[in-house]
Amino acid sequence: MKPLASDHPFQILLAVVLAVAALLAVSMVTPLGISAYLANAIGQLAAFAVLALALDLIWGYLGILSLGHGLFFGIGGYVVAMHLLRHSSEVTGRVPDFMQFMGWSSYPFYWAGLDFFPYALLVAAVVTVLISGVFGYVSFRSRVDGVYFAIITQALVYVAMLLMFRNDTGFGGNNGMTGFLVLFGWPIGGSGVVIAMAVVSVLLLAAVLLGCRLLLGSNFGVLMIATRDDEVRLRTLGYETLRLKLAVWCLSALIAALAGMLYVPQVGIINPRLLSPELSLEIAVWVAIGGRGHLIGAVIGAMSVNALKFWLSAAAPELWPFILSGLIVLVVLVFPNGLVDLAKLKLTRPMGIKRLASEPELR
Amino acid sequence: MAVALLIDAVTVEFGSFRAIDGLSLAIDFGEVRAVIGPNGAGKTTMLDVASGITRAKQGRVIFDDAIDITRSSESDIARAGVRRKFQKPSIFEGLDVRQHIAIGAQGGLRRTLSSYALAQRVDDVLAEVGLADLALRPASELAHGQKQWLEIGMVLASQPKVLMLDEPVAGLTDEETERTVALVRKLRRPDRAIVVVEHDMDFVEQIADRVTALHEGRTLFEGSMQDARADARVVEVYLGR
Repeated sequence: MKPLASDHPFQILLAVVLAVAALLAVSMVTPLGISAYLANAIGQLAAFAVLALALDLIWGYLGILSLGHGLFFGIGGYVVAMHLLRHSSEVTGRVPDFMQFMGWSSYPFYWAGLDFFPYALLVAAVVTVLISGVFGYVSFRSRVDGVYFAIITQALVYVAMLLMFRNDTGFGGNNGMTGFLVLFGWPIGGSGVVIAMAVVSVLLLAAVLLGCRLLLGSNFGVLMIATRDDEVRLRTLGYETLRLKLAVWCLSALIAALAGMLYVPQVGIINPRLLSPELSLEIAVWVAIGGRGHLIGAVIGAMSVNALKFWLSAAAPELWPFILSGLIVLVVLVFPNGLVDLAKLKLTRPMGIKRLASEPELR
Repeated sequence: MAVALLIDAVTVEFGSFRAIDGLSLAIDFGEVRAVIGPNGAGKTTMLDVASGITRAKQGRVIFDDAIDITRSSESDIARAGVRRKFQKPSIFEGLDVRQHIAIGAQGGLRRTLSSYALAQRVDDVLAEVGLADLALRPASELAHGQKQWLEIGMVLASQPKVLMLDEPVAGLTDEETERTVALVRKLRRPDRAIVVVEHDMDFVEQIADRVTALHEGRTLFEGSMQDARADARVVEVYLGR
């Protein structure tokens, strides 16, 4: 990996992200800037980009494909939803829908204290690390990897979805949770708050992007790439790859949870469909389309695919599955390394496509 | 003389197939031992057992007269000082040459060398394996022979006590083979044992002090290369007439 100082594409991306954050911040005080509607869309795209970075970190740089990252996204989303509901009902006195629906007069015990945001943050982190840590430890210790690992992660997110569909678990059941009215004492519907959430999301995207880049540029990042390329070789040089993989896996899960915490307040609802296998598969598609093994690719992939989806879900919703499938086929056939390949195509070499196809394949 | 690596009555089975059948082998410090034999004789499996990749069903592997590594993990064995080069050059496509050697020299998640000592060691090893000019080249761009040397350098960088080389000259040109002969000769030290698995008998003749011929998971012959060429059983199963 190039030193950060000479990695111009990365610098440009980071500058663009920060510029968007600044533009959004300006729009909070002047009515001439970005509208609340557009800001909300940008904020959601930023959350998806953070989620894609989480997956790219383990898939692109460690060679571990997870098709269940929606699980960690969901954990972050559910915990922040619980916080928002408790906080909202404290301020407005309104009892959450699911409590009325279940005929409950008091919160289940695990809701205790979640109205205090730092505690909610801690709960999200602890639950994420516990689940990802135990699952990762068991899998990596038994040397489960490749497609088997991917299938198990998919099963895991599916199990979580089934659990959340139950109405008696105290997480809103199949209706999920909505009616988030207040955020840190501010009414959530106001355009100022909407734009502020977008600003925070874009800034955190910049922070995660920079954090991942610094990690990958360090000695630890070198060992991640070595693990991806030939794990047995690295182990027989004296390295405990189990610890390394577990650490990155848990970090990736935490980033995904952060993405969920950013996403849910902006979209205003959470339900078990966030844990559907389709969403988790789609994350891998964003990364593959953008360019696996490139941080820029993950961000561009998540942003462009979801922007297209936002637009099409209004214009022609029935076309979306065909367009997404078409994109996947195009990427696999023409750009095995995703949209990042486009940047490498030099105008002087129109036949460059052939050469690109010989680069290492997806594993 | 102290025994660097003792393989003591080791048996390995894959399903009903017995890849190694009660094999015993003692390799001394200071010697270069070649292990030869036809395909399927158990040469690579023997190295797999010694490096912790494959588990022995029976028997023990003892390093340096005292340390039982039969059940140790790959990384523990490597850190103890037993390291190997794989048959197929195993390198990290996404890293450059220098990073490979540094990974080999550091030899574990916990840092053992200061950055100054590490840089020195890496420079020494790069010079030793003749890749100093290619230090910043991505490993994926190296030629086959250079990849072989890179992997040897990576294994060498931690100054192992037991160095196992699985087919170090497979696919090399004559000139590259000559360079590898010189390299292996330079690597020989009184406090190091070198085990070489190889099919190129001229190469073996030039580097090995002793030769062990395996056949169907057992030792068929042990002695000098000259005697191996004269041994009727070795000729029969492997060298041919």
